[in-house]
Amino acid sequence: MTVSIDTERTVRLTVNGVPREATVPVRRLLSDALRHDLGLTGTHVGCEHGVCGACTVLVDGTPVRSCLVLAVQADGAEVTTVEGLARDGGRGGQVLHPVQEAFRECHALQCGFCTPGFLVTIAAGLEARDAAEEITEEEVDDLVGGNLCRCTGYANIKKAVRHAAAAMAVSAGTAAGPPAISAETAADGAVR
Amino acid sequence: MTTKLFGEPVRRREDARLITGRGRYLDDIGAGALAAAFVRSPHAHARIVDVDVDAALDVEGLVAIYTYEDLTGPLAEPLPVLIPHPQLTAPRTGYPLANGEVNHVGEPVVMVVATDRYVAEDAAERIAVTYEELPAVVGVDAAREARACVHEEIPDNVAARHHQETGDVEPALAASPHTLSFTQYVERSAGMPLEGKGVHARWDADDRSLRVHTSTQASTSVRAAIAAKLQLPLDQVEVVAPDVGGGFGVKIVHPWPEELLVPMAAIALGREVKWTEDRREHFVSSAHERQQRQEINVGFDDDGRITALDVHVWHDHGAYTPYGIIVPIITATQLVGPYVIPVYRVVVESVYTNTVIVTPYRGAGRPQGCFAMERTMDRIADVLGLDRAVVRERNLIQPSQFPYDHHLTFQDGRPVVYDSGDYPALLEKLKVLVGWDGIDALRDDAEARGRLLGVGMALYVEGTGPGPYEGGHVQVLGSGKVLVSTGLTTQGQGHETSFAQIVASELGVPIEDVEVTTGDTRRFPYAVGTFASRAAVMSGNAIALAARGVRDKALRIAADVLEADPGDLEIADGVVQVRGTPGASIPLRTVAVLSNPLRYAFDEAAKQATQFAVQASNDRPPVTPGDAPGLEHRDYYSPIRSTFASGAHAAVVEIDPATWEIDVVNYAVVHDCGNVVNPMIVEGQVLGGVAQGVGGALYERMAYDADGQLQNASFMDFLMPYASEVPDVVIDHQQTPSPLNPLGIKGAGEAGVIPGSAALASAIEDAVGRRITSMPISPTELYDLMRSETAERTAASGRRTGVGA
Repeated sequence: MTVSIDTERTVRLTVNGVPREATVPVRRLLSDALRHDLGLTGTHVGCEHGVCGACTVLVDGTPVRSCLVLAVQADGAEVTTVEGLARDGGRGGQVLHPVQEAFRECHALQCGFCTPGFLVTIAAGLEARDAAEEITEEEVDDLVGGNLCRCTGYANIKKAVRHAAAAMAVSAGTAAGPPAISAETAADGAVR
Repeated sequence: MTTKLFGEPVRRREDARLITGRGRYLDDIGAGALAAAFVRSPHAHARIVDVDVDAALDVEGLVAIYTYEDLTGPLAEPLPVLIPHPQLTAPRTGYPLANGEVNHVGEPVVMVVATDRYVAEDAAERIAVTYEELPAVVGVDAAREARACVHEEIPDNVAARHHQETGDVEPALAASPHTLSFTQYVERSAGMPLEGKGVHARWDADDRSLRVHTSTQASTSVRAAIAAKLQLPLDQVEVVAPDVGGGFGVKIVHPWPEELLVPMAAIALGREVKWTEDRREHFVSSAHERQQRQEINVGFDDDGRITALDVHVWHDHGAYTPYGIIVPIITATQLVGPYVIPVYRVVVESVYTNTVIVTPYRGAGRPQGCFAMERTMDRIADVLGLDRAVVRERNLIQPSQFPYDHHLTFQDGRPVVYDSGDYPALLEKLKVLVGWDGIDALRDDAEARGRLLGVGMALYVEGTGPGPYEGGHVQVLGSGKVLVSTGLTTQGQGHETSFAQIVASELGVPIEDVEVTTGDTRRFPYAVGTFASRAAVMSGNAIALAARGVRDKALRIAADVLEADPGDLEIADGVVQVRGTPGASIPLRTVAVLSNPLRYAFDEAAKQATQFAVQASNDRPPVTPGDAPGLEHRDYYSPIRSTFASGAHAAVVEIDPATWEIDVVNYAVVHDCGNVVNPMIVEGQVLGGVAQGVGGALYERMAYDADGQLQNASFMDFLMPYASEVPDVVIDHQQTPSPLNPLGIKGAGEAGVIPGSAALASAIEDAVGRRITSMPISPTELYDLMRSETAERTAASGRRTGVGA
C-alpha cells in the first residue's frame, strides 16, 4: 500500500500585483507556497508557529502570518510580500517604500532575517493612518510590538518607524519631514 | 570626500538587498532540492533497542532513509572534539546519527530524504524507534551529585577540571581582614537566531566536486571537516556561508551532524539535498549556554579592596563536549574583570548532563564571570556599608598599569595581558550617565508612587580578537572595481560595509567601487571563523594590510609610468597622482591593467597592457622577479594575543510591590572598543547585545523538567524579548586604541550582553533589599523570594527604612 496524504488544488493569487497560479497540496502553508512554489523567498520563516512574525505578508491589505495560513485559504486573495513594497520607478529602477528607506537610514536591521516581516507590518500600519498626524510613541510600539528581532534590540526599528512616518507626512504635503538623508548615505553607493 | 571613511557612520551596503527581499539565506537556495528531515530522540537518556523503518517505506515521495548502520569510514566515528585541552580528560562527542545510545532529547537518530519536507516528515513520523530508557541527569546540581551518570564510563559526570591560580589563595584568605562565602546560579538560555541552521549540498558527479551552502560561522573549517569525514580531497569541496540570519555563537559549532549527513546523501543520491532546521529542532538539537553554579570565597580589607579570591564553578556543558572547555576557560579568565586581584584561584568543573550541548552563546562564559565578580563587589559593599561604585573604584586597574598581566592563560592559549583601557574613566562616565549620585531622590519619588526603585551596575573587560589569524585579499580590476575577500563569515554584523570602509580609506578609492565577499571558501580558503568579537580586529586588520600591499604595488607601477618617486604619489578617489602636480596622474584602474602584462587584448582597456603598447625596458622581464601579475595582494593578521575591550553598564529598575513586575526604567552603557570603524554599526551591536542581556536576566531560560524534557521549546513559551521588554538605552563612548594591531581596534560584538544579569541583579537587590542569588529572575520568583522566611536581607536594606517592607 502506498501512503499518500496529499490532495492537490490549484490556487490563484494576485501577488504584488501579478496574477499567479500554483498547484499545491492542500496542506501547503501560504509561506511555503510563496517561497517554494512561487519563488518569492523574501518572506522568511522563523518559527512556523505564528509568534516571530518574520513570515508576515499582506493578504487583501491586512498583515497575516503566512505560516498560519494554508495556501488554499488565500485562493483569490491579493497578497503583498516584501518584494512588492518598492514601486516601479521607471527605466528599470525601483523607488523604495519610505519604510525600506528608513530601515536603511536608521540601521534598523542587522542579519535581515526578521526584516521582511517588520517592513510589511509597518508599511501597512503607516499607510492605514493619517499621515498628517504626528506619530505617537504608542503607535510606534504597536507597529513593532508583534514581531521578534534577535539582533537590533528594537531601538533602531522604532527610530525607523518615526523616520518613515515623518517621510510619509512630507509626501502627503503636511510636514517638514524627516532629517535629510545624511552625506554618508549618499556616499555609500547602495541602490535607491 | 568619499575615501576617508574609517570612523564614519556609513549606511550599510548589504541593506539594499535585505530590505527588498533579495537576500539569499540558506532555505532560499536549491529550489528543486530533495528535503531531509530527522527522527530525533524523544528521551533524554536511552539505549536504542530497535529502529523499524518498514511503515515509512510506503510513503510516496520517500527517497532514502539513513541510520547509523549506513554510515561508513570516518563518518561512523564520533564527531570531532574541536578544541582539545589537556584538562579535558574525559571528552565525549555524539555520532552524526545515534549509535546505540541517545543522551539528550533531540539527538538525531534517523535521517529521511524525500521529495519535499512535508513528505520527509510524513516518513519520519512512521519510523518506529524502540528505546530502553536510562536515568536522566538534568541540571548542574544533579550532575555534581552524580547519583546517575550520563556516560557510563564517567561516573562523576566530570569531563574537565579546569584550574588556574595566581598565588597561594588559602593563606591569603586566612590573612584577610574580612571574608565572605556564597553560592549563586546562572540559568541556561540560547543564542536563538531568527534563522535556524540549514545545509544544502550539490554533488557534481562529472567533476566529482561538492558544493555545500551552510548557515555557519566557520565555512573554511566546515569544509575541512566535510573533506575529512567524507574522505574527499579538499580541493573537491567548496563551502559557502550565504546570507546568515543571525548566529550568536550557535553556528560556530561544526560540523553539526546535518553538515555531514546532507552532503553524504547528496553524493549517494546524485541529487541536491537540503535540510532547513525548524524552530523546535533548534531548541532541542542546537546549542544552549550559561548554566553554572558558582561557589565564591573572597577576602578583602576594611576599604573593600580584594585581597584574595577563590572561585569554584560547576559548569553544565550538556551531553557532549564538541567545543572543548572554551566556555569554562573564558568564565575562569574573564571573571577578574577590570580589577586587581592579588591572589586568585579558579576551578571550573565541567559536567555532563542529559541536555542539549552547551557551546558559546554571545558572551561565551563572560556573562557568568561578570556575574560572579560584580556580585562579589556588591556583597563587599553591602557588608562594609560602602557605596557599590566606591568599592569598584578602589579595586580598579589604573591606566598607568597597562599592559596589565593577570598571570592567567586565556582561551587562545595566550596570556591574559590587558593591552590598554581606562577603567576609572569608564566608571566615572557611567555614574554621570545613569545619575548614580542622585539615585536617592529617584528612590523617594518612586516610593511616593508606591514603587520600589533600585540601581545596579556592572563592569567588564572582554578579551576580543583572539587568533590564530585571519586573512584578506584585495584586488583592483581593470574596470576599477576593487574585490575584497576574507574567509571569515558574516551573520548580520555589516562586514560588507565596515571592511569596504577600511579598503576605501587605505587604498583611496570610492566605497562604491569596493565589493566585499565573506565566508566563501572559493574566494578565500584560509580562515578561522566569526566568534569572540574578532571579525573587525582580525579580518579588518588583515584586509587593511592587504590594501596597503595593493597600494604599495600601485604606487610602484604608477611611479614608473609617471616617472616620479613613489613617495611623491598619493591615491584619492581612485586616481594616482603626483602630490601637488595636477595633471600628472593615472587612474588606479589603468594601473591595474598595466600590472598584468598581456599578449592578447580582449577589450579596449586591455590593449594598454599588450606587448607592443607598453614602453618596457629591454633590460628587465615584463614581470619583475619577485613580483606577480595583477594589482592584488593577500595578507594575514596574526595577533600576539587578544586585545581587551571594556565597558560598564548600569540599570535602574522600578518594581511594583503588588505584582513584582520588574520594569527597567533606565539602562546606561559606557563602551570602549578602541578605534571604531563604523560607529553606527558598533552602536547597533551594543543595543542588540543589551537586549539579549536583559532577556537573559529577566525572561529567558531553558525550562527542563527532571526527565530532561524541554518544557518551553517554542517561541510561545521561551520568552524572547519583544520591543516591549527592551528598555531604552543611553550610550556613552570612550576610545582607548589597541596598541596590538595596525588599526587600533578592539572587538565589539559581544560586549552588550555581558553585564546584563549582573547589573540587573544588583538593581533588583537594591530595590527589594533581598539577596538575589540566581538569574534570571521572574516576577513569580521575586514574589516567592519576598515571601520566603529564609531569604537573606541585605545590610543596605537594614540601613534604609521602608525597603522591602
